[in-house]
Amino acid sequence: MDLASSEATRVAQRQGPTPVIGGGTNVGDRIFHLAVLSAAQSVLVLLAALVVLLFIDAKEALGRFGLSFLTTTDWDPVFEKFGTAHFVFGTLVTSLVALVLAAPLAIGTALFLAEYAPRWLREPVAFVIELLAVIPSIIFGLWGFFVLAPIMRGYVEPFLKATVGQVPVLGELFSGPAIGKDLLTAGVVLAIMILPTVMAIAREVVRSVPDTQREGMIGLGATKWETITGAVLPYARSGLVGAVMLGFARAFGETMAVTMVIGNSSNVISASLLTPGYTMASAIANQFTEADKEIYFSAVVAVALVLLLVSVIINGLARLLVWRGAGNVATRR
Amino acid sequence: MSNNNNDGASAVTSAGTVHSEAGHGSLVVEDLQAWYGRFRAVANLSLTITPRAVTAIIGPSGCGKSTFLRCINRMHEVARGARAAGKVLLDGDDVYAPDADPVQVRRHIGMVFQKPNPFPMMSVYDNVVAGLKLAGVKNRAMLDEVAERSLRRAALWDEVNDKLNNSGAALSGGQQQRLCIARALAMEPQVLLMDEPCSALDPVATSKIEDLIRELRQNYTIVIVTHNMQQAARVSDHTAFLLLDEDRAGRLVEYGPTSQLFTNPQDRRTEDYITGRFG
Repeated sequence: MDLASSEATRVAQRQGPTPVIGGGTNVGDRIFHLAVLSAAQSVLVLLAALVVLLFIDAKEALGRFGLSFLTTTDWDPVFEKFGTAHFVFGTLVTSLVALVLAAPLAIGTALFLAEYAPRWLREPVAFVIELLAVIPSIIFGLWGFFVLAPIMRGYVEPFLKATVGQVPVLGELFSGPAIGKDLLTAGVVLAIMILPTVMAIAREVVRSVPDTQREGMIGLGATKWETITGAVLPYARSGLVGAVMLGFARAFGETMAVTMVIGNSSNVISASLLTPGYTMASAIANQFTEADKEIYFSAVVAVALVLLLVSVIINGLARLLVWRGAGNVATRR
Repeated sequence: MSNNNNDGASAVTSAGTVHSEAGHGSLVVEDLQAWYGRFRAVANLSLTITPRAVTAIIGPSGCGKSTFLRCINRMHEVARGARAAGKVLLDGDDVYAPDADPVQVRRHIGMVFQKPNPFPMMSVYDNVVAGLKLAGVKNRAMLDEVAERSLRRAALWDEVNDKLNNSGAALSGGQQQRLCIARALAMEPQVLLMDEPCSALDPVATSKIEDLIRELRQNYTIVIVTHNMQQAARVSDHTAFLLLDEDRAGRLVEYGPTSQLFTNPQDRRTEDYITGRFG
């Protein structure tokens, strides 16, 4: 998702229903009305067509495997066995790792920019961070492959194994050999990629907290820090959760960079973040050129359908939260 | 500007030790000035505010009355680029002394704002005790007691005692404002500052707040900024009239007992203002 469109939706939502202007008697008005109407309609039709076509192509696989398509981990084109639980698992795990790494950084940055930074510093820093969002994902992929993965293999993962890896239960997360191209590395790359999204929205959410809330807390004898934790963060909470979820949704569908650093192997679901794996998106990218049989192709498309549906659901929830967070401002100011 | 340390023996220290039961909430403002960046909003303002009485600050829009009010509890300096100089003596202690801690000052001088601003994510109860929790009070029995006492003093207890756990934002506008007053009273301040507390309320809610102000006068020193002269006449014992001078800075024009200022103003400009000739 990109920020411009999310901003546009928000503005549109604030303005409420569009006034009816189609009733004009002027011919030019009518033509223009029809033109913009058909533009809007064709977008919806395209979207619907996309879902319908995915569904038609996926039907064979879904019909044959049913629920086991989502619950088993056998992906064996030779024997025509297709289970995708490990793809879903890889997607969830890498996105969660990204979220855990990116959310504190992004929210911390947003708070610094909105509450502490001098005015001259705000825009330049925000601009640089938002610039991260326009870097094509193949560049993150190349950097991840050639720079990050060797560092992870040589330094970070051995360090984690030697420290956290020794702790009883948590250690399971870092068991097995340090490979460098695994779920953890994919999560780190994703964290960097979703950072600007989460930061930019979190900054808007924090900025939309009315000053009267801050003053109320300061007036009771709160320090700056207490004002932020006692008044700003609670007020911004639902919006911040939404910001993080939008980042999560972006991490969910990210393909190119992940495919290059996740290892693309293993049919097992293991607790260790150091296992190479797949995400749904990377699996599709890896498999679709080899899908020679009809059932194989249908299975790949079914993965795409699952990915699309889950992304839509997460995005919808996130937007609802951000929108509700922004709505607070109007009703409670 | 003169920001002289007073004798230093009894400044409001960061430990807040000066606040004693003996404090009556007397306020003496000496030569107070306030700026936003380079713009001077309040110029050389001095006045002595009577303890346990209501003092109204009136004047046309933009004459610096809110700024003046916010200087009293050092709230003014929170805004970016804003600063103040001069002395504000609370029971003899300068809140602008070099060793005075603004955070402590604000615990002794409560403030109620233009628009009701309860914390929406907190319950009614938590709103009232928010300040005490900041001050480190954890004793549940004590918090309960203060919450009830403060809500009673704010004339809100009877309306909310069965919904203490509901969100503070679920109350009506007038109730929210009384909740904000209860929140300020819970800190046991000597002084209560009110910045146009009724400007966002309907007439019924306004008259409830005005009744409350008259009630609270017995125990607190109240300074209220209002754009509504009738309100000043109704609730206050003393009135100060501020006006922009030729440098566009707010200046004190006249200060005296409310009845005198409204019936027999000493300054021509006051008379013009209260008779509605400008403003």
